[in-house]
Amino acid sequence: MKPEARRHGGTGARQGETNARRRLALVASKGTLDGAYPPLILAATAASLGWEVGIFFTFYGLDILHKKRHKKLKVAPLGNPAMPIPVPNLVGALPGMTAVATRMMKGWMKRSQLPDIPQFLEIARESGVKLFACSTTMGVMGVKADDLTPGTDTAGAAAFLDFAADADVSLFV
Amino acid sequence: MTDHVAQLNITEDAPPAADLELDCKGLLCPLPVYRTSQALNRLGAGQVLRVECTDPGSLADFPALARQRGLTLLSATERNGVQVFHLRKETD
Repeated sequence: MKPEARRHGGTGARQGETNARRRLALVASKGTLDGAYPPLILAATAASLGWEVGIFFTFYGLDILHKKRHKKLKVAPLGNPAMPIPVPNLVGALPGMTAVATRMMKGWMKRSQLPDIPQFLEIARESGVKLFACSTTMGVMGVKADDLTPGTDTAGAAAFLDFAADADVSLFV
Repeated sequence: MTDHVAQLNITEDAPPAADLELDCKGLLCPLPVYRTSQALNRLGAGQVLRVECTDPGSLADFPALARQRGLTLLSATERNGVQVFHLRKETD
């Protein structure tokens, strides 16, 4: 489809006044707890605004879709200078520090009543968000379609780019 | 930003009548917008939703939600850290 074929009525056009829905295309490439939230939050929000949304989960980002691994996503304190407790960065290399940082972030999320990763995927599914699982990553890492959360489409880069070609907003997260 | 905020003389003493009320106090983005979106799906054209929020981002988010979904933001007020929005759904 040519871009002109789905032009909107300019910035701030009311969706109800146009034929095409706005579209968000995200690439989720990080398999950390802190890296999993931003694409899922953006996807849930865009769907709430009435947009079409697709997320391409690639490389470690595929872990976000993995039924077992997405419950165990972690925050890495090593090489992360943004930790709230000011300790020398090298302390993050000590055994148990990754678990401490992960527990801390899970605590923040729970206190703020934010959904966890499986709950966000449920929101995404209910909202009609397309979940593309990178087939190359699945092959390289030995991940089977059955390992992934329901409602996932196995796809290569061409299928995602075909979706993203008509996107109004495209982000690599 | 303000073109979908109806220029009406609505005061806190005379708010618009609401068909449905939603409490999003204590919730952070994306939950107020997400839950509002779900509540709007239960309303028909011309019906009004009243939402209470405490996420300070809501003051920017609700005009954006109204613009993107073609809703009319009848009112947006804040008192004691609680934002109150009235949204009218224009189409089914």
